[in-house]
Amino acid sequence: MGKYLAKRLLLMIPLLLGITIITFSVIHLAPGSPTDLVTDLNPQAGAEARERLIAYYGLDKPLHVQYVNWLKRLATLDFGQSFQPDGKPVIEKIKERIPITIEINVLSMIVIISIAIPLGVISAVKKDSFLDKGTTVFVFVGFATPTFWLALLCMILFGVKLGWLPISGINSLDYDRLSLFGKIVDRGRHLIMPVILGAFGGLAGLSRYMRSNMLEVVRQEYIQTARAKGISEKRVIFKHAMRNALLPVITILGLSVPTLIGGSVIFETIFAIPGMGRLFYQGVMSRDYPVVLGILFIGAVLTLIGNLLADVGYALADPRIREGEG
Amino acid sequence: MKGNRGRRLSLFILFLAVVLATGCGDRSEKKSAVPPKDVVDIAVGDGGKAPYYGDAIVIGSIGDISGLIPNITSDSASRDIGDFIYDGLVRYDKNLEIEGVLAESWEIKEGGLKIVFHLRKDVKWHDGEPFTSKDVLFTYKFMIDPRTPTAYAESFLQVKNAYAPDPYTFIVEYEKPYAPALGSWGLYILPEHRLRDTEDPIKSEQNRNPVGTGAYKFVEWKPAERVVLESNHDYFLGRPYINRIIYRIIPDQATMFLELKAGGVDFMGLTPPQFRRQTEIAEFNKNFNKFRYISFSYTYLGYNLKNPLFKDKRVRQALSHALNRMDIVQGVLLGLGVEATTPYKPDTWVHNPGVRKFEYDPEKAKKLLADAGWKDSDGNGILDKDGREFSFTIMTNHGNEARSKTATLIKSYFEKIGVSVKIRIVEWAAFINEFIDKKNFEAVILGWGTGPEPDQYNIWHSSKTGEKELNFISYANPEVDELLEKGRRTFDKEKRRGYYWRLQEILAEEQPYNFLYVGESLPAVHRRFRNIEPAPAGITYNFIEWYVPESEIRYTKF
Repeated sequence: MGKYLAKRLLLMIPLLLGITIITFSVIHLAPGSPTDLVTDLNPQAGAEARERLIAYYGLDKPLHVQYVNWLKRLATLDFGQSFQPDGKPVIEKIKERIPITIEINVLSMIVIISIAIPLGVISAVKKDSFLDKGTTVFVFVGFATPTFWLALLCMILFGVKLGWLPISGINSLDYDRLSLFGKIVDRGRHLIMPVILGAFGGLAGLSRYMRSNMLEVVRQEYIQTARAKGISEKRVIFKHAMRNALLPVITILGLSVPTLIGGSVIFETIFAIPGMGRLFYQGVMSRDYPVVLGILFIGAVLTLIGNLLADVGYALADPRIREGEG
Repeated sequence: MKGNRGRRLSLFILFLAVVLATGCGDRSEKKSAVPPKDVVDIAVGDGGKAPYYGDAIVIGSIGDISGLIPNITSDSASRDIGDFIYDGLVRYDKNLEIEGVLAESWEIKEGGLKIVFHLRKDVKWHDGEPFTSKDVLFTYKFMIDPRTPTAYAESFLQVKNAYAPDPYTFIVEYEKPYAPALGSWGLYILPEHRLRDTEDPIKSEQNRNPVGTGAYKFVEWKPAERVVLESNHDYFLGRPYINRIIYRIIPDQATMFLELKAGGVDFMGLTPPQFRRQTEIAEFNKNFNKFRYISFSYTYLGYNLKNPLFKDKRVRQALSHALNRMDIVQGVLLGLGVEATTPYKPDTWVHNPGVRKFEYDPEKAKKLLADAGWKDSDGNGILDKDGREFSFTIMTNHGNEARSKTATLIKSYFEKIGVSVKIRIVEWAAFINEFIDKKNFEAVILGWGTGPEPDQYNIWHSSKTGEKELNFISYANPEVDELLEKGRRTFDKEKRRGYYWRLQEILAEEQPYNFLYVGESLPAVHRRFRNIEPAPAGITYNFIEWYVPESEIRYTKF
């Protein structure tokens, strides 16, 4: 196991290098440069201003030199400084945005898991029943509904008409003066809509997956054996079948590690949430190379780690794989 | 009448108090509202309508600010916040005339080669340090320093010499008289004592936690969430009545409008459909005042004058006659705008109302085109000349709905006179880099902002046609060049007006642009804010005089 891990970790290095080369070239291939938003069609900005900004950001050097410089800094875990006039280090910008993004994504994930898994199991057990068909329709409606539209409808109903929930943002104007309990309640009220609506769209995937896994497991011979032994149906389903059907879910969870830090631009825009999605989008639109590269790099690292975790977790959970390895 | 409204407002407050007490009110007020008992008392007692120091205003903004030294930012949000925190030596007053702020008075000497500013002696920075000419000199040097990443150095690179003979006098000298100079000193003045030792201003404490001289002090900036400012009690033009400004960043226009209706935002700019269709209800008008006034920008159809299609003046005039501009204003802006006839804002001194107008007249357009040799010789409905059909592509940038709608309307009008049009919409960066900069376009729909300063040298002068320069349509007219040159070298307002009026006559006659329309700004402000007086400069010029009567205060804890 230790050797296997070391091998996997070493293999990540060339992979990461490849990823950085590709992302670096792609972002520089996009038309425009970070100075455009400031100087293009700006009557007050002369040619002198453009050159001044380009030199300030170090964009006057050849591309490969820029890449090597960036990589050198990256080796010391320095992601550089944003091209925005606030000039903050990229890492600081990411730190500002990451907690709320993770908070929302983890909550959504919990909601999805706690609804989708039972839903999948029930649909599998009661295959082709009214309940199965009903949940199918429900999760696919959730999958197909444009969330921005649903979000607006919910805002009108719960925010404007009923006044139960805040419409947007992540805390109230007087948040800093609230007690700890008050803060939790306030944050909770702000997050209800984004979390539930976010989960609504994600139910379909996991519940369908769970359902098909379950159906496959139930057909296995050992389930038949269990039933033949006279074990109660409940025990057969939950003890014998479900445990095995859950295994592939570990892979899904592992793969979703990187999505925990990647926010949805549409959602964050609609709900005015200061998360990673907007940071990234803004970075791309203003050609803020250090921010874009920083986020992509972290995403790449997390994807690789997530893959690794999924594999390791799978091995730990399934004795067959573990023993096959040894 | 007035008393009646007052009572209704009191009732509204009472209603609010009940809603709050039962716990289903707006979350932002829950903690900050006064206990219900007090509200009832105030509501019963009538009074409290006089100017009063208190309350907070929540301003909605689509975009976040990009930094807190507005001399190096270029987005409008940073400028909005900068206006509250910093002051310039001068500013444009409500009628767009220059008035002194940090400068008490000034003298223009030697025919405009030298400006002597006499500074106010009673100004202090937010941290208590006195403001002096050292700060002005520092800010000037900051702007021209090649290490400062600013796009706005150009006006200050014209300065030959700048010096501060004593703490309250600042003198600038120019190589040639430069009329935009005075207005350029509306530049935000930065505190020397906070920036003199910093290597990189962008990383300085000033850019995190700014100190200015302005009406509001900086409190906090939560990126992508909000910026909070509090009133400067020692402001030299008087303490502002509103205690706090909370600048909320809500990137979605629809969400912001819902927040406005739910009470989470007090002040935002509406879109034409919101103004016309979603706010024409009693409930909205009970709580909000809506304003409309001409904005500082216009939209145009610009022709690539290097293209043989558009070389003939008669062709351009014909295309101007072919459009029903009022119809475009109606269709695109729902009537919330006016026709543009020149590149200047219609209600300013520099705007010439007497230029040639191109009324909608398709017959005249056809005749002008026929005079220029364009006829439909093969009967396919499209004009042609020497075997070439009159067809071209109108380009505009992605993400601007008004412009793409305008393109569609223009297409239908042009097709009525036998001119075939294609529309192409391209993402901004690609649009500029691949098409505008390389002059690889036939016609474009774009807009210009029009400040109070009339100098448009960079847009119309024949020397400004290089890559990345603004005369990308390649317009060249020696008389225009001369007028632009004279205009920026003359301080006398009447003389300047003469030059710019002539300039507008020529532009109207030659139609290098098909001037389309000037939009309107459509702000909505909560009714509790009083003393808002729309003027040519908009509504925020007297922000420090806005107030909320004591009985209508919403945020009592600020």
